[in-house]
This record gives sequence, C-alpha cells and structure tokens, in this order.
Amino acid sequence: MLSVLKNRFEQGYRTNRYPEEKVKVFSRYRGRPVIQDNISRATLETCAASCPQDAIDVQNQKIDMGRCIFCGTCENNANGQIKFTNDYEIATAERADLITSGDLPALAEHAKQHFKKLFGRSLQLRQVSAAGCNACEADLNVLATPFFDLGRFGINFVASPRHADGIVVTGPISRNMKTALLQTYEATPAPKVVIAVGSCTISGGPFIGSPEITEGLDKILPVDLFIPGCPPHPMTNLHALISFFK
Amino acid sequence: MSNAFLQISNAQKVSRKDIPHLPFDQFQSQALELVGNGGKIVHYFAYPDKGSLKLLAVLRTDKLFVAGCDVPDPYPSFTKTCEPFHLFEREMAEQYGIRPQDHPWLKMVRYHPNYTDGAADVFGNDYSQDIPGNYKYYQVEGEEIHEVAVGPVHAGVIEPGHFRFNCIGERVLHLEIQLGYQHRGIEKQLLTVPAKRLPILGENIAGDTTIGHSLCMAQNLEALTGVQPDQGAGVIRTIALELERLANHIGDLGALSGDVAFLPPANYFGRIRGDFLNLSLLICGNRFGKGLVRPGGVRFSLSNDIRKVLNERLAELRPEVTHVLDLLFNAVTVRARFEGCGAVSHEDADHLGLVGPAGRASGMVYDVRRCFPTEHYPHMGIPENKKTTGDVYARARVRYDEILQSLQMVESLAAIPVETQCVNEGIANDLPASSFSVALNEAWRGEVSHAVLTDEKGKILRYKIKDPSFHNWNGLAMSLRDTGISDFPLNNKSFNLSYCGFDL
Ligand code: SF4
Ligand code: SF4
Repeated sequence: MLSVLKNRFEQGYRTNRYPEEKVKVFSRYRGRPVIQDNISRATLETCAASCPQDAIDVQNQKIDMGRCIFCGTCENNANGQIKFTNDYEIATAERADLITSGDLPALAEHAKQHFKKLFGRSLQLRQVSAAGCNACEADLNVLATPFFDLGRFGINFVASPRHADGIVVTGPISRNMKTALLQTYEATPAPKVVIAVGSCTISGGPFIGSPEITEGLDKILPVDLFIPGCPPHPMTNLHALISFFK
Repeated sequence: MSNAFLQISNAQKVSRKDIPHLPFDQFQSQALELVGNGGKIVHYFAYPDKGSLKLLAVLRTDKLFVAGCDVPDPYPSFTKTCEPFHLFEREMAEQYGIRPQDHPWLKMVRYHPNYTDGAADVFGNDYSQDIPGNYKYYQVEGEEIHEVAVGPVHAGVIEPGHFRFNCIGERVLHLEIQLGYQHRGIEKQLLTVPAKRLPILGENIAGDTTIGHSLCMAQNLEALTGVQPDQGAGVIRTIALELERLANHIGDLGALSGDVAFLPPANYFGRIRGDFLNLSLLICGNRFGKGLVRPGGVRFSLSNDIRKVLNERLAELRPEVTHVLDLLFNAVTVRARFEGCGAVSHEDADHLGLVGPAGRASGMVYDVRRCFPTEHYPHMGIPENKKTTGDVYARARVRYDEILQSLQMVESLAAIPVETQCVNEGIANDLPASSFSVALNEAWRGEVSHAVLTDEKGKILRYKIKDPSFHNWNGLAMSLRDTGISDFPLNNKSFNLSYCGFDL
C-alpha cells in the first residue's frame, strides 16, 4: 500500500489544460503545411515528383492533406518554401478543405449546429478498425490515458454500436472489412456521425492503388469530420472532437 | 553438417544463380533434416519465374541458409512429418494455388484470391462472399460443449479478427483464430509501385513495428544496390528500434496490469508509453518513427540540441519506469494472477517456432540482435533473456528485463555525439538483375524479416514479408488450451500480436 501511495505521489497530476492552454509539441513535428505564394514552379515540380503520395497539385499550389502522410520529403526539397508548421489543429468538416496552401477554415464554425446541440454534453463513439497499420487506433486509444483524458469532455468510446452516437473509422477499408463496417454503421441509431481518421480512411493513404481497399470512406458513407495525418497526432484528434461537438 | 543449402549472411546480396536450385526430393530431404534437427524456418514461399512456379526456403540454425526448387505436381506436404511448415504451406496454397497433398489442416490464411491469373482456388472459396466464406470452423462435439464466437469487430479500439472458442463449461478445449480482415495486398502492391513508394509501404505494414519493418526493407535495398549507410545512421536506427521496443513493452505491461485490475501501473505505464513515443517524435517528427528510415540512411540527424533533450527526458523517465516496474512486479496479487496462467511448454514453443519475448518466455533463447546482428548491434552486448515457465508471468518478466536493457542501450548510445549525413528520398539507383537478399531484425515482437528477388531486368520479382506475429498467433491459441475462458484477455495481451502484420 505504501508503495502505491509513493508512486501516486511521484506521478503527480499529468492531465493537460487544453483547450485553455495550448499543448506544445517537439519542433520536428509536422502539422499544417504552408506553401509560400512565391514558390517557383520548378521547385514545386521537384517537390511533387518526389512526393510518394502524389499529394501536391502544382497548378494550384496546394497539398491534399487527405492524401499526404506528412513525411516531410517535399519540405526538404523546397528551399524553405514549403513548411510543415507545429500546428496540429488541422481537421476539417469538408473533404475539399483538406486541399490547401496553408489556410484552413475554423473547424468550430463549420460544425453542424444540430450536432453540437445533440452531442455537446455527451458523445459516445464506436471505433471501427478497417485495415491500415494500427497506428491510428493506437493514437485514438491514448486519448483515454491521463494526459489527454477525453472522458472529461463527456466523450467516450463504447463497446457496442447500439450505444453509440456515431462511428470513428480508421484504415483503408479492406474488402474483408467492408461489410462489417457497413453493418456497424447500420447498427448505430440515427442521428449519427461518421468520423474519418487518418490518411488511409480519407484517401487510401499509403495503400492508394491497391485493389483490396476503398479509396476514401466518403465514397461509401456520408462523412461529417475528416481528421488528417498518418496517424493524426492525439492532439489533432482531441482538437477535432472538441471543436466539432462542444 | 553437409548440406546442399547455401550459407548466406543477413542482409547481403546473393546472385540468384548462386542459390542452389535442387531437385525436389533433395530439397525436401535437406529442408526436413535441417528443421528436424532444430533448425527454424525464416521464409518458405512460392514465386513465379518465367512461366512456372518455384519455391524458396530460408532456414536458420546458428547460420542462415537458402535453397530453392521447382514446384512438383503434386506437391507433397511437409507438414505431416514436420509441423513448423504448416502455416507456410497454407500461405503458399492461398497465394499461388499450390495444393499441399495430405496437409493435415488445409485452410485459408488471409482470405484472398490467389496471385496467379486463372489458377483454381485451393479452398473452393467465392471471394465475393464475406470472410471466411464456406469454411466450417473446427468443432468439438459433445453434450456439454459450447462455442463462443468473438469478432471480427471487437469491443475496444483494436484491430479486427475472429476468435472461436470451443469450451466445456468455463474451460477452453480449443481456440481457433481466423484472421485476414486487415488484408491490404501489400506483397502484391510492392511489385507495382514506383521506387519512391517502397519505404512508405514498408513503414506502414504494422505501425507499432514501423522501425522493424523499415529496417528490413532498407537493409535489403542497401544490400542489393551496394550502398552502405554511415555509422551514425546505424546508431540512430538502433536507438529508434530500441525506443520502439520500450514504448511497446511498457504499453503491454500497463495493459496486463489493467487486465488484472491493478489500475495504478496501468495508468502510469499508459502515459509513460506515450512519453517514449514522443521521443521518437523528438527525433523524426512522428510518434511511430515513420519517415525516419530510408534506404541509404536516416532522414533525421541526432543533432546536439535534440540529443540534449533526449538525454534529459531519459533521465526523468528512468526512475519513473523502474518505480512503476517495482510496483507492478512486487504486488503479490499481480503475481498470483500472472503465474501459471496460459503456460506454453518449451516443446510446443519449439514446434510452433515461437519468436521474440513469447518464445523467450518458453525457453527459446533466439534473439536476432545477438544471433544475426545488423546496424549497431554487433557492438552491443545483448544478454540472453530466456525464462522457463512459459506463462503470462514469464512473458511479462521478459519484457521487464528488456525494458531495463533497452533503456540502458538508448542511454549509452545517446550519451555521445552522433554524426550522420542525412538522406531524403533514399536510394535512386536501379536494383541489380537476378539477385536476392533477405534481412532479419529483432523487432519488439521478435524476428521480422523481408526477402527480395529481382528478375533479369532488375525489377522486383517477389517481395516476401514476415511479421513475427506470423509465428506467434498459434502460440496464443496453444496458451488457451485447458485454460479458463476468462483468462483469454490476459493471455491475449501477454502475446499482443499484430493483426495487420499477419494479414499484410
Ligand atoms: S509531406 Fe505530404 S506532400 Fe510532402 S512529400 Fe510527404 S506526402 Fe507528399
Ligand atoms: S493513416 Fe497512416 S497511421 Fe493511420 S492507419 Fe493508415 S497508414 Fe497507419
């Protein structure tokens, strides 16, 4: 018992004070990308050619954060004219808004107002893991650890779709998981929300082009919230959930 | 030992014409002899070459061996005399439609159509039907027998898979595990993507083993192209692999603690695991180490400012880790639940070819870092961590030892300045024609390995990936034999295997 108390004392209070206080991340973290207006065509073409995800639109000088895996290869080739900032608040309500030169609409203002009313005080979510690499699941799971403590906002992950207000999907939806995913969606009572987490779910991510997957959850279900990243940082998830529903 | 197999080294280019291509009978007798005498299978797979199918086996004793042969018709199963081949033969049947004659339990592995255009499906499956199609699960018969079916969608934030328990009362007689839900077709996709996408697919095979898989891919491509990463890159890769081990082992002990309802360590380790993930982010900007390893080196340096923060954090974490370890392992209630639970005997572990901490818990000493070291490991003493009891306690205790060892390794490597010439996109060189390379590493779950074959134009002809989970899922099934079904979660967490790594 004494050692339990001693440990408890050593551990202290670790929950962050977000959103009142921003949480700082290490400087090499790659969040929202910014392409400078005056980037030369040649540089951008080099970047686009080196991008493993073909996520850069040279014509419109934009990066598709739904395809991007935030590897930073383009940043290294851009002579400082593409920067991945430390800003992790990058989720959007529309797929098209993920295609950006650096500006994003404020998520809280684009959230559907009736969702805030319905789910603002309590939101129960069912997670469906549909292929992918399991890192997205891992960084959703940590929201339950003391540092993030998602429960303090009245948001929880539940075991049954019958108890849920919506589903959170990760992975590129393999052929072998498609039915299970659709059944889980059907089993969730309306009104319900659909949240796409990670580049895999939004576009197919690293697996784009494989005949075994679905390139974009929005092709098969109506998606309300897009959370980009590979995987999205837990703070990105936290910001998205709070801004969209609170 | 006189053997027709060719002895090779880890992550070394071999010309395909030097790989013995044996008459099938000789291939069979030599492979069975090697494995029958305690050797283990690293790879055994089929590949198409100039219109016909061939087989290739990579086996290990204290050395590595390779040989191949043509596929005979009919192909007689090795499994009936030598169990370790059973899953490899099932995989071969699924991937290339090769039916192993007299295989004792021929069932699909991942549920997908085979890779050969037009070859008949060995299992008679219609893949427009949902997994697992027309497969009838193994059934135990008897009046008081009942079945419990769980999944594919589980109750938590975890990957999908189906578990079928045959029980008498609370006692599990048999657990059958059906996976394949996570199948993305990576081995096939690797043959079609441009070179710039190879490392991306490699690092996303299993996100919790990003570094382990990335290293296998990078080492193979480096071996094939003759590119030698500098010493600093080797140090940074070694640090990254050990940080991956630390984060996962610590997370596992937290989860085990939670499953026996001892919540303080569950919460502390849950958070401390995150602190170690953040150290990967400190180095490369991603909590899972994605974007760090590329063929030719690493993309991020360990500059002195980063190294300083790393050392400070490690100094803060060390006492916390050791104190929580003590808290967990000194609790008699925890020991009472861990000890004797889900024991896998050394003999079973040996037949199944268990690897990593699960293998070491059952007395299998094998550790790639010691037996076939790559990167900076030849310069580091890796102790033997084996235990003998094979139960949940042993699997937890191996992690206890390895957490302290890895922590010490990272501390010692990070204590001195590291210099490296960073790469960005990785190797642009073409691959050499008609070559082969196999790379093995000790990821946190055990031996992870990739093998590559190129054709006469230097295109990748076959890319074979093996996650340690491929060896270990049957260990979990075995641990449940004659155990209370309520002990499933505890045993499951003590193995903590990868679904996507198995399903590829
Ligand atoms: S960071 Fe995104 S846009 Fe840039 S190269 Fe990587 S995937 Fe492409
Ligand atoms: S988006 Fe990236 S991190 Fe998430 S599941 Fe897909 S590959 Fe893994």
